[in-house]
Amino acid sequence: MSDTIPFTIDGVAVEGRPGQTILQAADDAGIYIPRLCAHKELHPFGSCRVCTVKVNGRPQSACTMPCAKGMVVENNTPELLEHRRGLVEMLFVEGNHYCMFCEKSGNCELQALAYRLGIMAPRYPFQFPDRNVDASHPDVLIDRNRCILCARCVRASHDLDGKNVFQFVGRGSKKRIWINAEAKLKDTNLDVTDKAVEICPVGAILKKRQGYAVPVGQRLYDHQPIGSDIEAKRAAAAQA
Amino acid sequence: MSELEQGIRQICATFHNDKSRMMDIVQAVQARFGCVSSVALDLIAKAVGTARVEVESTVSFYTFLTDQPKGKIVIRLCSDVIDEMFGMGPVARAFEDALGIKVGQTTPDGAITLEWTACIGMCDQAPAAIINDTVVTYLSTDKAREIVAELRKSGDPRKLVHRLGDGHNAHPLVRSMVHNSIRRKGPVVFADLPPGSALRKALAMSPVEVIRDVKTSRLRGRGGAGFPAGMKWEFTRQSEGERKIVICNADEGEPGTFKDRVILTEYADLLFEGMAIAGYAIGAKEGILYLRGEYAYMRPLLDHILQVRRDAGLLGREVCGKRGFDFDIRIQLGAGAYVCGEETSLISSCEGLRGDPKNRPPFPAQKGYLGCPTSVNNVETYCCVARILDRGPGWFAEIGSKGSPGTKLFSVSGDCASPGVYEYPFGVKLIELLRDVGAEDAAAVQVGGPSGHLVGPADYNRSLEYDDLATGGSIVIFNKDRNVVHVVRKYLEFFVEESCGYCTPCRVGNVLLLQKIEDILHGRGTPADLAYLEQLAKTVKVTSRCGLGQTSPNPVLSLLKSFRPVLEALVKPQADEFLPTFDIRAALGSTEDLIGRKSVVFTP
Ligand SMILES: Cc1cc2nc3c(=O)[nH]c(=O)nc-3n(C[C@H](O)[C@H](O)[C@H](O)COP(=O)(O)O)c2cc1C
Ligand code: SF4
Repeated sequence: MSDTIPFTIDGVAVEGRPGQTILQAADDAGIYIPRLCAHKELHPFGSCRVCTVKVNGRPQSACTMPCAKGMVVENNTPELLEHRRGLVEMLFVEGNHYCMFCEKSGNCELQALAYRLGIMAPRYPFQFPDRNVDASHPDVLIDRNRCILCARCVRASHDLDGKNVFQFVGRGSKKRIWINAEAKLKDTNLDVTDKAVEICPVGAILKKRQGYAVPVGQRLYDHQPIGSDIEAKRAAAAQA
Repeated sequence: MSELEQGIRQICATFHNDKSRMMDIVQAVQARFGCVSSVALDLIAKAVGTARVEVESTVSFYTFLTDQPKGKIVIRLCSDVIDEMFGMGPVARAFEDALGIKVGQTTPDGAITLEWTACIGMCDQAPAAIINDTVVTYLSTDKAREIVAELRKSGDPRKLVHRLGDGHNAHPLVRSMVHNSIRRKGPVVFADLPPGSALRKALAMSPVEVIRDVKTSRLRGRGGAGFPAGMKWEFTRQSEGERKIVICNADEGEPGTFKDRVILTEYADLLFEGMAIAGYAIGAKEGILYLRGEYAYMRPLLDHILQVRRDAGLLGREVCGKRGFDFDIRIQLGAGAYVCGEETSLISSCEGLRGDPKNRPPFPAQKGYLGCPTSVNNVETYCCVARILDRGPGWFAEIGSKGSPGTKLFSVSGDCASPGVYEYPFGVKLIELLRDVGAEDAAAVQVGGPSGHLVGPADYNRSLEYDDLATGGSIVIFNKDRNVVHVVRKYLEFFVEESCGYCTPCRVGNVLLLQKIEDILHGRGTPADLAYLEQLAKTVKVTSRCGLGQTSPNPVLSLLKSFRPVLEALVKPQADEFLPTFDIRAALGSTEDLIGRKSVVFTP
């Protein structure tokens, strides 16, 4: 057992492995820490901040923070939940998210997280930004209205597909997801089978002609909240 | 081959087709061709072997870089609250009238562009502007008209320089109208040191002894965070890696801060001496001075001083004849981005990337510039280092207060008789400083710039030091006629403009804070808005990824803490349950236009 790293999350003893982040160790232990930009196949990015926890009292993003022996992590506290709700609401008002018309509905991690956190309507004013849709590619569509700037596509294209299709341009509230071409997605070497396409957590990058292959009501988060798969591990361990 | 293609190939070759020198490459391309056009993006990407969108990502990040053609002359008006207080509004209108365009536009003949830019570090001589690289200060409406006439006539901003400033501002390599406004000299920074004297003393010791001396002096970083310099050096020295880097942070972007400008103008030797000492202590051969784009006018002088030091054996191979110690410094010019003062963004920028901060850990001392252990310190910190090695750590530790040894430079501006730079021992009371600068009647003081704290008279007896009122050096003074809520709005506008946009709370939350403050200023606030502001400010502060977002809500929190009655007077309790931000007539307007008749709105 000498190569494990013992620490606690909300008082529960967790064993991390060397090189693991708090988020990874929590996943293994069956403790769900909400996240949007983090993805198990990608290196940590730390942009959505939804996974913010307190480590020995100090705020840190669980997806980028390596676990260390004896650290005391707070995750499911009223204060942190309130901040997470705030962050998710910010993402909703920042873009144009009309869930009822979105083909990602039910499979969307942003929507699912909002449900899990009990958000009925954002408390912040909608910004109604003017963003564009690029449907030039034969098989893939980008709807920037729904982009949450998580950089999953940027990282996946670069690290998993060995390409460089996506990157950000602009800064601050003018930051946008952009492509490796003058204007149109069709002028990049993106392929519909690229990891960058399927890894989008929201309805910003979509495969064409597949929107309703799975009917609403039978989708990923239609029956149980996001994070249930992770929590099921702990429940199973407790039963054994 | 087109002229553009040839030019870009040449420029990229000058920087060894090295994509980590992207900042230099795109700045050179823009200087030669007016902008980094779409074609240029492709050509640069090809030359250095990267994707076009990577180049575009960098170019689109920095305020001073552009992919669209602008005027040959770009007039950048300082948008800081101080400039506004001293008449920038009418000055901007005078520029607009004389040019026949609005701010944000270019004259139809493509000659002159007029823009706003964030604080340019000239608050002691506001209102001010930068025209290409030329700084113009103490602007008035008359001066604005004269400037436009001169630019129309000669097309050369350097012709605008009439009376030269003091000290090195008048140096043939600078020729600037900027004034130093050094108002109070202390024993540490604003004192004379013969070049090389501290460095020779350091080189007579072992690197570990030098670090020990810096630790003994208890020197803490002068850039704001106050981290012990000796500890940072020790970590960097002990980190694994052959190649180590010393960086000087001369980004000085915090509105109201201009003390590094004065050091760079008058005491650059002291700074470079400190950097060389750091290089020796850490085991670095390379130093980088990250100079904010706004201070480009000083670059020829700084390059010259570096050359003089090389010629004198104080830089380059075997510094001062010390076997095995080679050290040199290059200047990296920024391009208009406050966040690049944050040390990991600064490193990203030096690497040719957009100025996004990096995730920590690893810290720069472990993995910094191009993955090498890197120590970043402020300009003033290096000056202290040189003095500590010259006079001894004990001498230094005796000055100032217990937790904050040494002196501190304060950049003082706003409503006071004598704006300028003051060197005080740490621990000086705010009230003493206000007396000295001629501002005893101050109604509010912003200590530490927008990311610091806005305090009122109840706090004037507190002392300026790390453990009490901490500051990177900016002191901005407001008299009783200023509207503190408006000041906060200006600061939020600054943060919205300068957020890198990487993380949600800072990118979105600051916009929301600004909108709510504007609602309140326009009489659309309700008492519930104070709780809304508090909660939102906390979320931004707690969850933001870097120091920018972690401090950007401070003006709002200061307002809630120290100026609550001012806010309460602005928000009106609602008689009914309706949202005061909702204007039913405006909401119905477009529909009414469409159907061609007025709706009947029930008013009880
Ligand atoms: C948004 C932001 C801007 C900053 N700007 C500066 C700056 O202009 N100059 C500076 O020295 N430090 C600045 N800092 C602090 C640096 O990150 C870093 O702490 C400092 O350069 C370390 O040097 P020191 O220890 O000598 O102070 C900034 C920090 C943040 C978060
Ligand atoms: S807090 Fe986040 S968005 Fe703001 S500057 Fe830092 S990393 Fe960028």
